[in-house]
Amino acid sequence: MRLSVIDTELCVGCQSCMFACARLQKDGGLASSSIHIRSAGGMEHGFVVVVCRACQDPPCAKVCPTNALIPRTGGGVRLHLEDCIGCGYCREACIIGAVFWNQEENKPMICNHCGYCVKYCPHGVLDMRKEEACKG
Amino acid sequence: MNDKRMPENVLYIDLSKKSFKIEKRPQLFRENLGGIGVAMKLLLEECPQGIDPFDPQNPIVFAVGPLTCLFPLASKTVAVFKSPHTGNLGESHAGGRSAVSIRMAGYGAIVIKGASNIPVYLAIHGDKVYFRDASTLWGMGSNFTVGRVIREHERGAGLRTIMRIGRAGENLVSYACVTTESYRHFGRLGLGAVFGSKKLKALVVSGKSSIQLENSGEYRKLYDEIYREAVESEVMKKYHDLGTSSNILPLNELGALPNENLRTARSIHAGEISGERFAEDFLGRRLACSHCPVGCIHIAALREPYEDEPYFYKTSMISYDYEPIYAIGNMLGSYNPAGILKLMDRIEALGLDVMSTGVVLAWATEAMEEGLISKKETTGLNLKWGYYQDYIQATEYITSQPNEFYRVLAKGVGNASEKYGGEDYALAYGGNEMPGYHTGPAAHIGFAVGTRHSHLDNAGYSIDQKHLGEKLLSPEELGENLLKEERWRQILCSLVLCLFARGIYTPERTTRALLAAGADRMDEKALMELGKKIHSEKYKFKIKEGYMGETAGIPQRVLQTPSPWGKLDEEYIRKTISYIHSASLNQ
Ligand code: SF4
Ligand code: SF4
Repeated sequence: MRLSVIDTELCVGCQSCMFACARLQKDGGLASSSIHIRSAGGMEHGFVVVVCRACQDPPCAKVCPTNALIPRTGGGVRLHLEDCIGCGYCREACIIGAVFWNQEENKPMICNHCGYCVKYCPHGVLDMRKEEACKG
Repeated sequence: MNDKRMPENVLYIDLSKKSFKIEKRPQLFRENLGGIGVAMKLLLEECPQGIDPFDPQNPIVFAVGPLTCLFPLASKTVAVFKSPHTGNLGESHAGGRSAVSIRMAGYGAIVIKGASNIPVYLAIHGDKVYFRDASTLWGMGSNFTVGRVIREHERGAGLRTIMRIGRAGENLVSYACVTTESYRHFGRLGLGAVFGSKKLKALVVSGKSSIQLENSGEYRKLYDEIYREAVESEVMKKYHDLGTSSNILPLNELGALPNENLRTARSIHAGEISGERFAEDFLGRRLACSHCPVGCIHIAALREPYEDEPYFYKTSMISYDYEPIYAIGNMLGSYNPAGILKLMDRIEALGLDVMSTGVVLAWATEAMEEGLISKKETTGLNLKWGYYQDYIQATEYITSQPNEFYRVLAKGVGNASEKYGGEDYALAYGGNEMPGYHTGPAAHIGFAVGTRHSHLDNAGYSIDQKHLGEKLLSPEELGENLLKEERWRQILCSLVLCLFARGIYTPERTTRALLAAGADRMDEKALMELGKKIHSEKYKFKIKEGYMGETAGIPQRVLQTPSPWGKLDEEYIRKTISYIHSASLNQ
């Protein structure tokens, strides 16, 4: 199963998903979230949901010099923090900007498709889907 | 206790010296929570008594609260200042991304003093404050464009607030607003003009601090309880589906919807501007403030042809709500949604408070009909019920003030009627134009004595509706009811919660949320006491600054036009006001 963005047109930009993801990291703010919501150039144009889309052959893992990012069955990666040297190559490699950065620890933050945020999206923008069912 | 979860930092900015400092004031937040509690203390510290609102020393205080970021619907920021519109206490609230951004930048409150010599905008990124030259933005035709330029120029997309003023604020229209995130406003009492007087065009705040959660299991349980209630409650569904404009039909049905400057309180045409009608014909998008799962903000898509070009169209995205529809729809005797939206778009571009603007135009329309003013004063405009072309031009003139008449209009309906007559139908309380509820005595008493002269101070409109058909409450009973509500709301506005969530944040639940947020233990009684104290501080500030209290004026029109409670009895209103006045001073 992986996190899937069903329809960004339904997104109201409440950022409840971001707060949820950060909460899992024991952060009451937004800094530790692995999902990011911003307007598409002004709120009148709606919102962009930036989150890992679980690539089958993840470019971020390919550029990691220490193999700290291990491709996950079903797409996406698992981050092995102890191996990560904080070089930031993965962030460069992700062209949708879904590798976020923990400034304090100098380590990446990437969605692990746990599905917690889905429970807090009140408008059906996010869902957990089987890999084959995902096009988003 | 000095909990990492409680806000404690106050950012002080001096626009004259272009300097800033950050002070840790944990005590201030522990004792007063945040929001209006803290903001009022800072105002008392910073605002010299009797000061002119445009004096550089007039402080602008923004404050958020201990629940900001930590719980859903703690989505608002409180601003206080001395109001150029009423010459008295200025307090205005807004949502958007403002509250979350201020807290994420690391602050509980921001105090802005002094005045810049050149137009500037402030960029606050975490603990860095930049004074940026805003000469290019000054005088720009549309507030939307100002937002776009800053958006493209500053970092922090998704994690920032961009507050800005339009030309109305630059030109010191006393009811100019501050707009945030294009569609939310510190709307009332003229914060925009105070920005303008300081040559402060805008304020960007962003940040990425984290709030460490201890005992996160307990906290998450309470979070879920509040979140579930928010997404499952009926009220919240109503505000998501249709928004506040869902109130048009029920209020009209009741005979409480002000029509043509409150000549009547009902119209057979109300269906044409109902929330249902706006949704069916225009709704283009819904938006939410940060950390609000409801999403009550409704944006209309208005498609208009260019007059001289065949097959050329523009689509404008314009927000609508109950109060704007009241002020520039039914109050202007108009039931034409496209006209309302076009005027709204213009008012947004200029950065005027839509509520005051609508009531001012309604007065002017009636004054013109009565012959108190003519085309000589209006410079040729024909202000007539529902004539939007002329209303749109009038808002431009209120902003640019080409003659004496518009200079006076730019100071509100009280000033205008003082000069030109028509006091009986100048609908303002304490100098602030009235909100859209003619529900009965409680609403109007609430406007008169509420510290913001707003329906949100004490919800008199709800008392009127709840007791309709029953015997009139005694002045003391009604006074107590209104006071109790206004005092409790000081707590909600210290946290700072969206008032739509007042049913969710019961006193009992609020005590638990505060504890989970790292505040000192406070039981319900202690919270009530604090609410009472904050209210009294505000009331006393107002009296000191010249608010008439007991003898505050009530527009004659309000007494003449029947409400759902029939014609209102002045004697009864006076007695109730007098009760509240004494009780507020003697606490
Ligand atoms: S699925 Fe889990 S890790 Fe991914 S964004 Fe949602 S909460 Fe964060
Ligand atoms: S919770 Fe859903 S509606 Fe809210 S910002 Fe996230 S994706 Fe959008």
